[in-house]
Amino acid sequence: MNEKLAILWPEIFLFIATCLVMITGQWPSRAIRHLTPWICAIALTVAFFAAMSSPTTQGMFPAIVPYAKMLIAGVGMLILLLLSGTVDRELEREVDNGKAFSSIRSNRGEFYAFFMFSITGLMLTASADDLIWLFLALELTSLPTYIMVAISTNEKKSLEAAVKYFFLGALGAATFLYGFALIYGSAGSTNLNEIAQVYATNGISSIGMIGLLIAVIGISFKIAAVPMHFYTPDVYQGAASPVAAMLAFVPKTAGFLALMFILGTAGWASNGNHLPVELEATLWIMAALTMTVGNILALLQSSVKRILAYSSIAHSGYMLVGLIAGPGEAGGPFYQNGIAAILFYLLTYGVMTVGVFAVLASLEHRNGTEADDINDIRGLCKSQPVLGWTLVICVLSMLGFPPLLGFLGKVGLFTSGIAAGQYALIVILGINSAIAACYYLRLVATAYIDDDSKTRPTIYPSPFFMRKIAGVISAFAVLFLLVFAQPLVNGAYKASEYVPAIAGEPEHEDHHAQDEIKDNDEHASNEVAIITND
Amino acid sequence: MSQQTVLLLALMIVPLLVALRIAFSKNPDTGYRPALITSWLLMIPAWKLIADFDFSQGATTQFAYSISWVESLGLNFSIGMDSVSLLLILLSVLLGPIVVMASKTAIVKDKRMYYAWLMVLQAAMVGVFAAQDLLLFYICFEFTLLPMFVLIRKFGSTNRVAASVKFFLYTFTGSMMTLAGMVYIVWFVAQPDQLGQWTLDIATLTQYASNMSMGEQTWVLLAMLAGFAVKVPLFPFHTWLPLAHTEAPTAGSVILAGVLLKLGTYGIYRFAIPLAPTAFFEYAPEIAVLSIIGIIYAGLICWVQTDIKKLVAYSSVSHLGFCVLGLAALNVTGFSGSILYMLSHGLSTGGLFLMIGFMYERYHTRDMNTVGGLASKMPIWATFMVFFAMASVGLPGLNGFPSEVLCLISAFQSDAAWSAAGEPGAWGSSLGPWFAVFAGTGMVIAAMYLLFMVGKICFGPLREPEDHHPHDELPTDLSMREIITLSPLAIGCILFGLQPTMLLDAISEPVNNTVVLVEQANGLESAPTRVDQMIEHADEHHESAATPDHHTPEGASHE
Repeated sequence: MNEKLAILWPEIFLFIATCLVMITGQWPSRAIRHLTPWICAIALTVAFFAAMSSPTTQGMFPAIVPYAKMLIAGVGMLILLLLSGTVDRELEREVDNGKAFSSIRSNRGEFYAFFMFSITGLMLTASADDLIWLFLALELTSLPTYIMVAISTNEKKSLEAAVKYFFLGALGAATFLYGFALIYGSAGSTNLNEIAQVYATNGISSIGMIGLLIAVIGISFKIAAVPMHFYTPDVYQGAASPVAAMLAFVPKTAGFLALMFILGTAGWASNGNHLPVELEATLWIMAALTMTVGNILALLQSSVKRILAYSSIAHSGYMLVGLIAGPGEAGGPFYQNGIAAILFYLLTYGVMTVGVFAVLASLEHRNGTEADDINDIRGLCKSQPVLGWTLVICVLSMLGFPPLLGFLGKVGLFTSGIAAGQYALIVILGINSAIAACYYLRLVATAYIDDDSKTRPTIYPSPFFMRKIAGVISAFAVLFLLVFAQPLVNGAYKASEYVPAIAGEPEHEDHHAQDEIKDNDEHASNEVAIITND
Repeated sequence: MSQQTVLLLALMIVPLLVALRIAFSKNPDTGYRPALITSWLLMIPAWKLIADFDFSQGATTQFAYSISWVESLGLNFSIGMDSVSLLLILLSVLLGPIVVMASKTAIVKDKRMYYAWLMVLQAAMVGVFAAQDLLLFYICFEFTLLPMFVLIRKFGSTNRVAASVKFFLYTFTGSMMTLAGMVYIVWFVAQPDQLGQWTLDIATLTQYASNMSMGEQTWVLLAMLAGFAVKVPLFPFHTWLPLAHTEAPTAGSVILAGVLLKLGTYGIYRFAIPLAPTAFFEYAPEIAVLSIIGIIYAGLICWVQTDIKKLVAYSSVSHLGFCVLGLAALNVTGFSGSILYMLSHGLSTGGLFLMIGFMYERYHTRDMNTVGGLASKMPIWATFMVFFAMASVGLPGLNGFPSEVLCLISAFQSDAAWSAAGEPGAWGSSLGPWFAVFAGTGMVIAAMYLLFMVGKICFGPLREPEDHHPHDELPTDLSMREIITLSPLAIGCILFGLQPTMLLDAISEPVNNTVVLVEQANGLESAPTRVDQMIEHADEHHESAATPDHHTPEGASHE
């Protein structure tokens, strides 16, 4: 229990802050109301440092917690910068015009609280070692986002998007919960390590395999992968840009962590460093379709948010390649480790996608509606050089243009895919990157090159300075992290350590103490192997 | 870090810094002066590198420098050069001031953006040739796309949007495949039964890559050719080139023809052949057939062009066909000829694009039916035009000739029957005389369309567009700036034409090594280092020849 507690400190801090935020956000005094985002920021910072010293756990991914939580806190901070001010503009204006502050009409407190809940849920996902925990954490991640979409703007389309998102989300959740139930039925335990142990010992029964497949397909809702991707463009477009940025990063990260844990029970080790063939085939088809559908549909869009939504689908497809490749042989180097590639890619994706959404969020029309159409960013590099260049840099990075950060992320996926022998998938990945170049280039060219002062739109910077800062930080991160990528790559590599379950005695569940000792030994020997390999 | 390494780094970093300086300047119309000064100043380190380079060990990577970048991926920032890279770097640096000077009056708007990207392109081109790390090469190789994309998209003529997108997508698609192929090689070498270590060092990879099975090599070769053949461009992947060339601003066309197309042939020479030697040997005839189709087909297209820039663009396709033919011959003559061709094509076709650019600035048309007979009005321009056209045709004494002839001879030499009979000089893949004969018609076609072009545009009665009026800034004939722009190219053409042995000498060692590598990979008996003999012969002729015009063809064709 103490061990469990030791890795939960970041969540505990975040939860305390969540409670505080709910109170300060409703406070009548403006000064205290304005403390709300600062409390979130402090909590995220504390969580970041608390995660840094998280101990390793005993499980399939013993070292994942520190990296994942630091990643979540770091990108969460960027998203927080973006979110600040999203919902309280109307309210503050009313207060300025002499209306009394009404805590009933204010949704400021909830908004930040939901954000913090979602981040807490995401961190809990990273520390999950149990199916029920995993389900609850995933839902804690998602449920607040439904409401955040609804209250992010005053427009009807946000409500529509939220309803769509909620019902499809519920469908997804029901699907993977059903899968979890079948997994439990086949393994007799909800503990992921024990399930892995049972699967390694007895093999995966057909019920278990069906459960795994259903769980994977249900979780594909979270990562916006085919066949559960349909909601993405509508929801991104309906939500305010900062919330859309959050939707692009938070559920996707939760989904990939959950997929790693679920697939980890089946193991990459059973089939000669491959997943069981049914899972591999399903994921293969999902990956290929996700990339292709995302990229091809993105070509047809004229709304930047929809382009980003489809590109988010496509990026999920890329990352699925890493999932198929798996962690490679135990203690193997970074280049053959698909899990490390995913963990690194999540970081790069989070940074660059927040950057692009930050630019969108920093622009608005005269009537206060957000910039969304591709013509709204025409000539941006001239009218708003900082925002324009942020957009260009982040979009080129999303394209995977060397030597930007996104390229390094993609190289990791390439190498792990090839090391796993997935040549066809890598070719599909390559072709898809080229398709993606079409619409990313269109964004770059519209913002930077095709600048005719006659067609330049009447667009104004929105009054939130923090959003601009979020964008600039992202762009700088894309540029600077590419030079100093080694510590990050190494962090992702260390976090991706995977300890496959070793087939044990069938009745081992009754001997927890023994088992733990054995696990410890295995773990230790594995660490030795890694050290010697380094 | 030696002094030369610093100079090599300066060739990459200084243009980047200047680009930043230009990009952050307040006035959108600055840029010409800093870019001009920088590009001239870069000649100093370039010549210093030439002076310090030890040509007797041309195959050794000299001035090497390496620093770890992303250790987990094995990515190092590792640079250095052998004599082939050195010459190509020199070509890129030489073209720098030329393209800047050529743009002075052509670019009137957004100069800041233009010159900044020109400088970035300059740095990236040096990076490609200096890279000793596979991924670093790939990064620079890809990075050249962005400046070129901007130059075409922003500063091109009417159809620039389509041209820029086509240019980017063709090359980007191909090079994604190249990346996959390269990663496969690295992965293969990292296997325990090979080196057992993840390395991106090109020299190390070359040692082990030939252990791949024929099937693996074929796929890897295909993957790499997907990127490089598009870049060359090899028939049937050439369709982006005429559009990009036609729409690009003059400087863009010059750099595209002068250096960027060579990235493809350089890639084949440096990566495709050494990393997949058996497969390349096996499929050399097919590659040669494609290049010959390119030579003839593009040549015939040239013949019917009325757009003079498109004509020169297609002539690039045709000429680069010779370059690939030389590589496909896989013998010393072919490699030498091909590398010579990379250098000389940059000079002569670059010159032609400049001529067209200068004319376009005055007449705003590229249509040979609307404008022509300019010799009476612009005698200096016409002189240079004829000169560069002749260089491009392959007039003996100018640069086109030795390289073209070497490529043709190599096709003859690489005849299987000959080499089986132990005929001296006969070695290489099995191409044979028919390849040479068909490729040879390309020379005739080239003479036809280029002379036809020169005849129409320079001679005959003067034809001008009806609404033509003198340019505000430019004189009727070439200005002093334009003549200075052209002179280095013209001098280069003459020098390369008269003294190809100088270059052949410089590249003999790396070329020999590559041939030996291919021989060993294919289990063939090592041929004697014929390029040395060739150079000896050439030297003898050079010493005895009364007129320098003579020795070139003889020296080249002696073997």
